[in-house]
Amino acid sequence: MSKKEEERRRGAFTRRAVAMGLGQVGLFGFLGWRLHHLQVDEGERYATLAEENRISARLIAPPRGRVLDRNGLVVAANRLNWRVLLVAEQTQDVNATLETFSRIVPLADHERARVEREVRRRRRFVPAVVREFLTWDEMARIEMNAPDLPGISVDVGTTRLYPEAEHLAHIVGYVAPPAESDIDGDPLLELPGVRVGRAGIERYHDRLLRGRAGAVQLEVNAVGRVIRELDRREGVPGQDIQISVDAELQKAVRGKIEDGTSVVVMDVRNGEVLAMASQPSFDPNLFNSGVSTAQWREWTANRATPLIAKATNGLYAPGSTFKMVVASAALEAKVCTPGERVNCPGYFDLGDTRFHCWSRYGHGAVDMRSALKLSCDVYFYEMARRTGMDRMAAMANRYGLGVELDIELPGSRRGLVPTRAWRMAQGKAWNLGDTVVHGIGQGFYQLTPLALCTMAARLASGRALQPHLTRAIGGRTTRGGRPEDWPSMGLPDRDLRLMREGMFAVVNEEGGTARIARLPAGFGQMAGKTGTTQVRRVSREQRERGFRVETMPREWRPHALFVGFAPYDNPQYALSVVVEHGTSGAAAAGPLARDVMVEVITRMRGGSGPGQRVAEVPAPPAAAPSREEGG
Amino acid sequence: MAFERRLLMRERGTGALEKFWLIPWTFVMLLSAVAAVGYVALYSAGGGSAEPYASKHLLRFGFGVVMMLSIGLMDIRVIARFAWVGWLGGVALLVLVALHGNVGKGAQRWIDIGPIQIQPSELMKIMLVLGLAAWFHRASWEKVGNLLFLIPPMVMVLIPVGLILKQPNLGTGLITALLGGAMFFAAGVRLWKFAVVAGLAGIAAPIAYDRLHDYQRARITTFLDPESDPLGAGYNIIQSKIALGSGGIWGKGFLQGTQGHLNFLPEKQTDFIFTMIAEEFGFAGAISVLALLALIVVFGFLVALRCRNQFGRLLAIGLATNFFLYVFVNVAMVTGSIPVGGVPLPLISHGGSAMLTAMLGFGLLMSVHVHRDVEFGGTRD
Repeated sequence: MSKKEEERRRGAFTRRAVAMGLGQVGLFGFLGWRLHHLQVDEGERYATLAEENRISARLIAPPRGRVLDRNGLVVAANRLNWRVLLVAEQTQDVNATLETFSRIVPLADHERARVEREVRRRRRFVPAVVREFLTWDEMARIEMNAPDLPGISVDVGTTRLYPEAEHLAHIVGYVAPPAESDIDGDPLLELPGVRVGRAGIERYHDRLLRGRAGAVQLEVNAVGRVIRELDRREGVPGQDIQISVDAELQKAVRGKIEDGTSVVVMDVRNGEVLAMASQPSFDPNLFNSGVSTAQWREWTANRATPLIAKATNGLYAPGSTFKMVVASAALEAKVCTPGERVNCPGYFDLGDTRFHCWSRYGHGAVDMRSALKLSCDVYFYEMARRTGMDRMAAMANRYGLGVELDIELPGSRRGLVPTRAWRMAQGKAWNLGDTVVHGIGQGFYQLTPLALCTMAARLASGRALQPHLTRAIGGRTTRGGRPEDWPSMGLPDRDLRLMREGMFAVVNEEGGTARIARLPAGFGQMAGKTGTTQVRRVSREQRERGFRVETMPREWRPHALFVGFAPYDNPQYALSVVVEHGTSGAAAAGPLARDVMVEVITRMRGGSGPGQRVAEVPAPPAAAPSREEGG
Repeated sequence: MAFERRLLMRERGTGALEKFWLIPWTFVMLLSAVAAVGYVALYSAGGGSAEPYASKHLLRFGFGVVMMLSIGLMDIRVIARFAWVGWLGGVALLVLVALHGNVGKGAQRWIDIGPIQIQPSELMKIMLVLGLAAWFHRASWEKVGNLLFLIPPMVMVLIPVGLILKQPNLGTGLITALLGGAMFFAAGVRLWKFAVVAGLAGIAAPIAYDRLHDYQRARITTFLDPESDPLGAGYNIIQSKIALGSGGIWGKGFLQGTQGHLNFLPEKQTDFIFTMIAEEFGFAGAISVLALLALIVVFGFLVALRCRNQFGRLLAIGLATNFFLYVFVNVAMVTGSIPVGGVPLPLISHGGSAMLTAMLGFGLLMSVHVHRDVEFGGTRD
């Protein structure tokens, strides 16, 4: 191409490029004008919205899901709550409004400080709660003075109500206003009066219970009066959670126990927790409006720790209830046969240390079954010696002891089954003597009543059940309700049958340690095992002086334990009982276990067993109450 | 050939290092500034969090810059020679998406390539510009006046446009056709020919309207009267306008946009990201962002005017126009000036495919700039 032609082509290009460039810049100008029109002039079409009206978007809180017991009884409900809200962007001067307000309804200084803090923290269009739980009288006064209270409105929200109060507090938990640390980007949490789950099921299933916030878009005038609703997006109501606990059973069980006692009842077929009671407890309703300092001090100062659920957070040595684990471990390690007899002279010598059997006269030659029945310590000293701590600990873990359980209660304790490595890590040596002591469930163990109940349930079913509370979410049954949902523990049937036979003998045979726990006629037969764990060591000197436990101060007395299941021939329910300082497993825990089991069988006969469908869930209360704007 | 070789001697910066200095770093900074605006807006769209949009945006931009610079260092003559491969590849992808693509919003538009999804119609626009630039590069002023010479480029435009309309994607199809038209204009096609085409289009439009899908017709009717169906198809436009209008001059403040944060604004992280910016930073913020975007377009035109070869000129003006069309259609759409079309705002909207194609375009633009003084082949006569 010649130079001349190239020049011509370039010239043409330049002219056209300039034309295009100018055109495009012009179109950018058009966009700028359009933005100016929409944003600065707000245009003729937006005149009304621009001058005295505006679009106001509000969140609507969905109703929080309810918690139902296994029979559909509502154990956490929503209750109406009339309250006063303040929307900062609707008033010229927040302080002046609050000043006027406090002349109509007195506001304490700390309340006012809280409101001011909330207003500062939140976006200006999100209302802050000034006062909750209004009386009719207060409401009338506020409505009458509405014209002097720009930005103030009365509305109805919901608050949590726990009809069973302290009976289910440790399971259902409670809700409280969200703290700074709870803010997780969910716009719902910015709503006035919203509560988040702080403990138990309320906390574990908080996301499901909470639902998703809806929003409405309103056209409002300068004082906040609604002209019309432009658009509405319904939120998603929180889902109802059905738990496996039977509230009536729970109440009945709690009626039978004293402070310091905890009882756990599980369905051995699927691991559902039917009752889990600890005394003392607390009233979760008090958390709704904020717990007073005095109340809080009373709870925390109480040595019986009402806020802590002993069933999941109390840690105890298992005592003789651990003997099934030792026997299982010995059988699996093949260090003995079930029929092999060990002679019990009343003591067990290891080097120059002597370990005593609980019976100072000894049990003579005992095999495994009778060792369980009589709770012979010497037999298990010997088995522990042969098996070794690590194999015992591994077996304990398979029974659900000292491992994390899947219970839906945040903060539940894992407990501890010691191993040689654990002791080494503390810089101490593990002696054979330690192994021997741990063979009868004494020593470093720290186990929760829930874990002990899990052990009993696994023993009775042979399946690696996990204790759980959730039965259905939003009306749909959750997994884990059928026995087939759970894998086998992997122990031979023969071994398990032997353990069960031993436990049967404990309760039902002449000479068993817990004959007192026999069930009355018509209730089938219970199998179980007692346990008594020392809180303080008994010295040889005391023993020789013929020491009597009744003379000790109460807090030095041993804890009494019982684990068991029933009916023996077709296991359905497992339980564990721990009576703090109850002195004797047989005397204190046994009868209580019997009474609880009778109660369980009586109540469950009517039947809401695992095969049953999920109880019909009553319809939730009318959808989110819409906001009425006082104006 | 001898002539060409002589010209090669004149060019500046043949080594990679010299070329590196020729890269317009101020332009790279301008792009970074716009991407930073995108980060801020997506941070807000993510509800005041870098997840899930903003951090990815940053990552993609970083990747895109590397890609852009590598393309920028590629010799413009190599690009010109293989431009037709790009065009063919783009068409092949369009065919592939028609056969195997993923259906999104009732149309086949996406295709999965390994971990990334691409929208071939977006890629096609750049490939079309490449192909047309290569074609017209050979033509003298007289030759462009020849009607027969114009038939191949017409086909080059109509094949992809037809494939895109078939997806069906009316908006992108029209934009692609418009882009092709702009290339014809810049190449020097005589004005009376445009008048004829416009006339024909005027006659064809009513017939085409009959053949449109219902949702496409709904878009056009709601555009003409958005309030006719406030909760249906007109919803987006109304909500977007309310958001814009309520932003005022100075905006509601960062993270304070009610429309965006209460989810009244649809697709706020992609198509309506500009509304989000305008709501939170007001007219002042919106016009500033618009000015930055306009600067990018202006830069593209300056590159085109400064370039000493026809291929580079046409490529630069085509890419600048492509970018302009994105910005214009998007902003016009969110301000309710044209029917909603599902066009993202390049460098700001969330989305890997859009970022990738935008950076690919800037890479080519950069190559034109770096090789602005290279003169090479015209017609072989």
